[in-house]
Amino acid sequence: MKLITAIIREVQLDKVREALIESGINRITVSLVSGNGRQRVEEMYRGLTIVPDLIPKIRIEIAVNDESVETAVQTILKAARTNGPEGSSGDGKIFIIPLEECIRIRTGEKGPSAI
Amino acid sequence: MKRFITLTVLLLAASPVILASEQTPVDSGATAWMLTSTALVLLMVPGLAMFYGGLVRSKNVLGTVMHSFAAMGIITVLWMAVGYAMSFGTNVLGGFFGWNKDYFLLKGIDSNILEAGVPEYVFTMFQGKFAIITPALIAGAFAERISFKAYCFFIALWSLLVYNPLCHWVWASDGFLYNLGAKGAIDFAGGTVVHISAGVSGLVAALFLGSRRGYPYQVIRPNNLVITMLGAGLLWVGWFGFNAGSSISSGLSTAQALTATQIAAASGALTWIVIEGFHQGKATALGFASGILAGLVAVTPAAGVVQPYGALFIGISASILCYLAIQVKNRLGYDDSLDAFGIHGIGGIAGALLLTFFIRPSWMSEAAEVSSSGSWSVWNQLGVQALAVGVAIAYAAVMTLVILYLLNKVVKIKSDDQDEMAGLDRSYHGERGYGMVNPS
Repeated sequence: MKLITAIIREVQLDKVREALIESGINRITVSLVSGNGRQRVEEMYRGLTIVPDLIPKIRIEIAVNDESVETAVQTILKAARTNGPEGSSGDGKIFIIPLEECIRIRTGEKGPSAI
Repeated sequence: MKRFITLTVLLLAASPVILASEQTPVDSGATAWMLTSTALVLLMVPGLAMFYGGLVRSKNVLGTVMHSFAAMGIITVLWMAVGYAMSFGTNVLGGFFGWNKDYFLLKGIDSNILEAGVPEYVFTMFQGKFAIITPALIAGAFAERISFKAYCFFIALWSLLVYNPLCHWVWASDGFLYNLGAKGAIDFAGGTVVHISAGVSGLVAALFLGSRRGYPYQVIRPNNLVITMLGAGLLWVGWFGFNAGSSISSGLSTAQALTATQIAAASGALTWIVIEGFHQGKATALGFASGILAGLVAVTPAAGVVQPYGALFIGISASILCYLAIQVKNRLGYDDSLDAFGIHGIGGIAGALLLTFFIRPSWMSEAAEVSSSGSWSVWNQLGVQALAVGVAIAYAAVMTLVILYLLNKVVKIKSDDQDEMAGLDRSYHGERGYGMVNPS
């Protein structure tokens, strides 16, 4: 079991979510986060061009069984890229970490079948 | 604000002395109330912005609020330029709309005082506020999926081609619906002109544009119902200007309209949550707000002619009919996003027809006196009301379709998928409504 955390652009949320559901992954957690990366955005605020300190991003968390990791990653890669297949700075990152245990609260069931 | 009004009233009260002697004197009481009403009707526009703004997803909140605010800018300018002339000028083109060169850019009314003792400027601005809110109401039908540029062009064209002619037919003294039957089609404050026309046009636009991405399978939740409730409250308060101001006086008829308005709003709201209680088991805040609006919309054409028990009945029936309309919409699956047709269309039609059965006897006897046959029955008046409603529905539907079809050739009206997914706020305004709020 793995825990996939993807940090993506806010505007790509719907596209990524729809693509994940399409490929059979529909148990996800989404939150709004902000952070610094390589991306430099300029925004207009009251007629001035400013560079905000922290850029709002979307964090998607998905717990998956080992055989679904590749599907999830490929789906996110494809859907989260902007500016065609080559992508652009600020499209985000994917982190994968081993997941020690997964427990379904309703039944107390443990392991891969609980995912 | 109070001091400002007092000051204005003092100035106006003093002005007849200076103005020429043949002029009607300013009635400072009526003028004071009309100035207040004008401000109250304007207050409904930010009220509507809040009502609609709270109901959409957080990525579309500013775009939706801007639909109402943009109307204040665009329609005010159009109204002072040609709108007032087209609506309240004398018949041209066989009565299709009006025209009066003194009203063009409001050039020739600088010192006009109307027969009611109210300066014409006040009447112009009061009517202008109705012209603003009507296209803003339509925005509820196609919320969350229209390009801002196309919206601006749409409401400008709609105001010129749909609102102004309808307003002329119903409210100008030589308009054909104003002179229908014995004492004309009854539309006290805009049941046909404002609510039926906006509701029907909204339905046509919603069908023309198609639904939002993911509708109806994906849950689309309101981002902030507190804002929606505050907006509904502002609309209720503003409606006193809308209805009671439509008497263009400050006296008995004003009081009658104000009372009917309050009673219909309250009975509509109450009815809605009672129905919900039986149907779903819970009374929702949004349901209460919807009931307020259903009652207010339905009493709009009726406020001048019905007595309190009539307003009570109209408020209750409007809520029942609008509630049913929304259930039917859910079955049919078309995406009238914020129920512009379900509330304004259905509520307006219900009010315009039902009011016939509650007209106060004095109105009916006056109608009988002026009628050619010397008698005038409820059924005669119902025929007149039905004709006016039919004309408003047919004209608004056909004209809106023509405008949308032609405009779509020039500017793409519906947002493309990319813009819709990113949200109107980011795509068209480059801003965000809230700080760190989780996506909904």
